[in-house]
Amino acid sequence: MSWLLPYPLLSAALLVLWLLLNQSVSSGQIVLGAVLAVLASWAMAALRPEKPHIRRPGVALRLAGMVLIDILRSNIAVGRIILGSRQPGMNAGFLSIPLELRSRHGLAVLSIIITSTPGTIWVNYDAAQGTLLLHVLDLSDETAWIRLIKDRYERRLIEIFE
Amino acid sequence: MSATGTLPAWAALLTAFCLLVGATVTLIGSLGLLRLRTFYARVHAPTLGTTVGMASILAGSALCFSVLETRPVVHEVLIAVFVTLTTPVTLMLLARAALYRDRREGIKAVPAADVEVDQTPPG
Repeated sequence: MSWLLPYPLLSAALLVLWLLLNQSVSSGQIVLGAVLAVLASWAMAALRPEKPHIRRPGVALRLAGMVLIDILRSNIAVGRIILGSRQPGMNAGFLSIPLELRSRHGLAVLSIIITSTPGTIWVNYDAAQGTLLLHVLDLSDETAWIRLIKDRYERRLIEIFE
Repeated sequence: MSATGTLPAWAALLTAFCLLVGATVTLIGSLGLLRLRTFYARVHAPTLGTTVGMASILAGSALCFSVLETRPVVHEVLIAVFVTLTTPVTLMLLARAALYRDRREGIKAVPAADVEVDQTPPG
């Protein structure tokens, strides 16, 4: 089976993408989409990327829900800073966090979480030392940010990917 | 648009509300671009538009066309997925370019590199 579907999740995602783009679940579109999804996963296999292992799908779902709520909250927080403070961005600063997460996929997901959340930006990751450099718009409480990244996101990402 | 005539009032109101919320949030983000003073602080502002701003406008679009065509129109979710997956690439590229330049110029406001700057992005 694995020669046909080297990346079953990727193929499934591509098929769903195809059906959504065509806005149809007719049998013709399903066949066409399935053929394209399998061909694309063969092309992906030729690149031989490291295969991600999602060990805890339940944790992944919970993390996704938490991130959505955090994005909403930080939208409000950043909006307040922009509109409310007289000198917006005066508390901004860099923050360096040592990470235990080493999985490339986990780091990629963490970078998406951090950049999609307004108020925090992923600036640099030092792979040799495992330190992450962030820029935070409101750095009045450094330990709260470190706790947020390490306890809320990193711990769960390690559970999911490592 | 001729189609707006068939849109029931509740759907029209809800769509308008979603669009207004999305547009307002995106506007606040753009204002931030104007009001914030340093480059690194400025990069934060547009993310308002790429998160809640985008989600709200897309929800309005999905609602409007689902009601008009009396079937679920949800392919807007693809826009959300692609924007969310690609924004970090652009933002990280900009932030790292700025950091690299500032370190080269020896600006004290940015943290210095402990060792040589790692050039490989994660993932």
